[in-house]
Amino acid sequence: MKQTRSGSMTRRRLLATVSARAALAVSPFRINLLQAQEANIKIGFPVPLTGPYGTEAQDQVRAAQLAVAQFNDAGGLNGRKAELVVRDDKLNPGEAATRTLELVEKEKVNFVVGSLSAAVQLAINNVTKERGIIFNSISQSDAINEAADFSRFTFHEALNPHLTSGAVGRYAFSKFGKRVAFLTSDYAYGHEMVRGFLEVGKAFNIENLGDIRHPLGTSDFSTLLPRIQALKPDILCISNFGRDQQIVLKQATDFGIKQTTQIIAPLLSHASRVAAGPQAFEGVIGGCSFYWGIEDKFASTKAFNEAFKKMYDGKLPTDYGALGYGGVRTILAAVTNAGSVDTDKVIAAMEALKYDFYKGPQYYRKCDHQSVQSVLVIKSNSKDLRNSSDVFEVIGTDEPNETNLRTCSELGHKA
Amino acid sequence: MAGLSINLIALQLFTGLALGAIYVLFAIGLSLIFGMLTVVNFAHGAFYMIGAYAGVYIFMLGGDFWICLILVPLAVGLFGLAVERVLIRPLYGRGIDYPLLLTFGLSYVMVELIRIAFGKTGFPFDTPENLQGAVNIGVGYFPLYRLFVIGATAAVLLALWLFLEKTSFGLIIRAGARDPQIVRVLGVDVARVWLIVFGVGTAIAGLAGLLAAPLQGVIPEMGSTILAEAFVVTVVGGMGSIGGAVLAGLLVGVVVSMTSLFAPEMGKVSIFALMALVLIVRPQGFFGRAGLMS
Amino acid sequence: MSWFQFATRHRAGIASIVVLVFPHIMPFTALAVNILIYGLYALGFNLVYGYLGLLSFGHAALFGTGAYLCGIAVVHFALPWYLAIAIGVLGGLLMAAMIGVLAIRTRGIYFAMVTMALSQCVYYLFYQAVDWTGGENGLRGINVRAVNILGVKLDFIDPLTRYYVIAAFVIAAFFLLSRILASPFGAVIEAVRENETRAKASGYDVTATRLITFVLSGGFCGLAGALQALHLSIVPIEIMHYDTSGIVVMIALLGGMGTFFGPMIGAAAFLMLENLVAVWTVHWQLIVGAVFMICVLFFPAGIWGTLISRGKR
Repeated sequence: MKQTRSGSMTRRRLLATVSARAALAVSPFRINLLQAQEANIKIGFPVPLTGPYGTEAQDQVRAAQLAVAQFNDAGGLNGRKAELVVRDDKLNPGEAATRTLELVEKEKVNFVVGSLSAAVQLAINNVTKERGIIFNSISQSDAINEAADFSRFTFHEALNPHLTSGAVGRYAFSKFGKRVAFLTSDYAYGHEMVRGFLEVGKAFNIENLGDIRHPLGTSDFSTLLPRIQALKPDILCISNFGRDQQIVLKQATDFGIKQTTQIIAPLLSHASRVAAGPQAFEGVIGGCSFYWGIEDKFASTKAFNEAFKKMYDGKLPTDYGALGYGGVRTILAAVTNAGSVDTDKVIAAMEALKYDFYKGPQYYRKCDHQSVQSVLVIKSNSKDLRNSSDVFEVIGTDEPNETNLRTCSELGHKA
Repeated sequence: MAGLSINLIALQLFTGLALGAIYVLFAIGLSLIFGMLTVVNFAHGAFYMIGAYAGVYIFMLGGDFWICLILVPLAVGLFGLAVERVLIRPLYGRGIDYPLLLTFGLSYVMVELIRIAFGKTGFPFDTPENLQGAVNIGVGYFPLYRLFVIGATAAVLLALWLFLEKTSFGLIIRAGARDPQIVRVLGVDVARVWLIVFGVGTAIAGLAGLLAAPLQGVIPEMGSTILAEAFVVTVVGGMGSIGGAVLAGLLVGVVVSMTSLFAPEMGKVSIFALMALVLIVRPQGFFGRAGLMS
Repeated sequence: MSWFQFATRHRAGIASIVVLVFPHIMPFTALAVNILIYGLYALGFNLVYGYLGLLSFGHAALFGTGAYLCGIAVVHFALPWYLAIAIGVLGGLLMAAMIGVLAIRTRGIYFAMVTMALSQCVYYLFYQAVDWTGGENGLRGINVRAVNILGVKLDFIDPLTRYYVIAAFVIAAFFLLSRILASPFGAVIEAVRENETRAKASGYDVTATRLITFVLSGGFCGLAGALQALHLSIVPIEIMHYDTSGIVVMIALLGGMGTFFGPMIGAAAFLMLENLVAVWTVHWQLIVGAVFMICVLFFPAGIWGTLISRGKR
């Protein structure tokens, strides 16, 4: 009996504490306190730190931290500092939406930059656009440009599939033959890439031998490869990403497909190439948005590489890392130009931005806020490597050009 | 689509059997452990992954593939023994849910420990030099290494069969599976039998992981996909039946392969559709004992 | 009267009070909402696992169907939010009826496997229906800005309002389940779990009881899914993945299966643990996995189940 009573005492005390905290949480005091001191400019940064793209996500965070540090070192916005609030989205759109709600509702972030998958960026975008928060997406998707998902708060610093496959197609279809077979991961990213290849293929009169679609997350392609071999294509276009890409390139090599067929992929990622090794990627041609090796061509790349190396013990930035840098740096540049974090002013400043921060000239197209930029066509390096990051060779460049994008009316935007 | 021919269909069939061999190798360990211990080992995929990483580690120390073939099953098997002794033994007699859930948690821990030790990115794993290239098998070219995997699976099956059917220890194991109570009354240390069965099962999983490494490379998450597929194999074959696992493994391989030919995007779901179909018609699978685990 | 008897007698009321105070003590409101929703999902799951004694590995299909149908009602048919929720619940019930009819004959581990296989087939169906579900990109645009309740217009974007609207549904579900378990039918459910043969001999239709319970479970999970769709304003395809089926098993076990509060406490413990550890280290899976193993080894009755057995003593 005695025990019970002491138990109820503690519960009462606990309840008192709880209600005190609850009262504090809703009191106008707290809000005043927050407004009195000028808060940091907060940038929410949801990326998949755990899961299969953890390496890429870590690079994104590193590069984004660099952009923030540079902004703060230059004095911030009249002394007001920027701050990166990193969250793990676990590569799951549901988790990403929850984390974005946390960033917006609790952390009160001014902007959101991030994501490493199409589904995740669309989820984040749906949450931010409802709440009038600017979101700069740093992973690939065609859907985010389209009128249904786009909002004036939505920006897209990354390439999109249409742009990427267009660049690789223009390079490959003129050189390796007209008979093209497709092996495609069965989801939006893959379908969008194939659509892009077929679109650009019209100009080259390619013959489409067929599009074989495999389920996302396939670990064995042996059952698909004999059929592709039987089609005898000049070019095999493999549109998938990450682990799927690593495995299929490895197994295509084992099945001897490379002996008769040129393999192209819309996107070759730095981390995939490192994980799968030179043998699997040997001879494969693909696209990417950034490679550190273009530093001979652009002063901005040189400066970015040097700053990154200085901050991270001589490490060089990767493709996805650079996007983290670009995504955050453009927003902060717009904040500086606008002289404010006010959403409307920053949007106007972003739209007016002509920038060259890490890969040559870029700007955001007015109708869909897609960053108009160059696409690099690259080939895997296997010999004479200069350093551990020397994994690709740039063999072509698609210069920034709005005509390589789908038109605004195609995307459903009113003129 | 163009390009269909008798040769292609024959090659596709063969590819399916080869793929099935990998399923079989992974699933027999799972089935063995379930049949004897009634433990649904959700960490089986993690043991498979550990096998591949053990191979990577032996390579780092300067070993080659053939040394791995001996050392990896031993190392993973020993680890399996420790897991059974420390974590699973306290749970016997508490129903099938608890070992299942414990191994589920264990797989999280094992995968994360590997990420901490070896990083998240994964490693390439080259095909052993004298097994590279493709050979003509009559209907088309087929990678030599995949033929080797079929051979290795057959060898493991033969060894397992000899062990279970021809040794006195195998006799005890089979008796223990049928009625542990009686075996215990006869003065046999059943706990030791279960310990060894778990060790053997996980050793085979480790070997399967090592053999899969040259096919797909090595990453921490490699065990999770095959685990789901292997459950299908053991369930379709009948939980606990090794013969059933062999038959169902080959069948699943062929089903995937044939689906890939005609409706490739359905390759993955075809496995689950097959399982749903088999279980609705025959709830205990091909060779499962009715009423087991009810 | 001990605290335990008091708590048991007023279980639905106590739960309601906790639910009201809850968002103020959580790290952030969206997490509190997720806990409610996963708690409700686990509550529905527990009806089958804890009370009926069948381990289902396919509950993601029920949760997901509720979410998708609710989302589709808003996005494609522009239906008001309350009708969308009703459609989500209906979807959960129907999906449970379909899966239940096929799976109910099997037992034990086979039941787990059939439900998993069928839910994978449902996953694929929704994955392929891109025009309706958005496929891998997920369903977007479930944007409900305001809800009208009895003529009062509430701002659904405001986190606390959103929490309390969703909490009202969860509390209603709590009371409903409490009534069902206290009813004669509730006694039959437990009789079937405890001794199938005796229940049959007493004249109860065991198969029908199982099926009805499974369908009821689908209704609760469908409601949870519908609320999730409105809360996050998207439905990701991952909601149908078997990971989502696995998580609910973990939650029910962690909280205490077959107990009334167990699922909600399990959801709170699981999601808070995941949240805390994920902010602190990227190796959260290590901690979560280890905690889970410790629970299985040392607290097999779960957090609430262990408390109850202490309370009864």
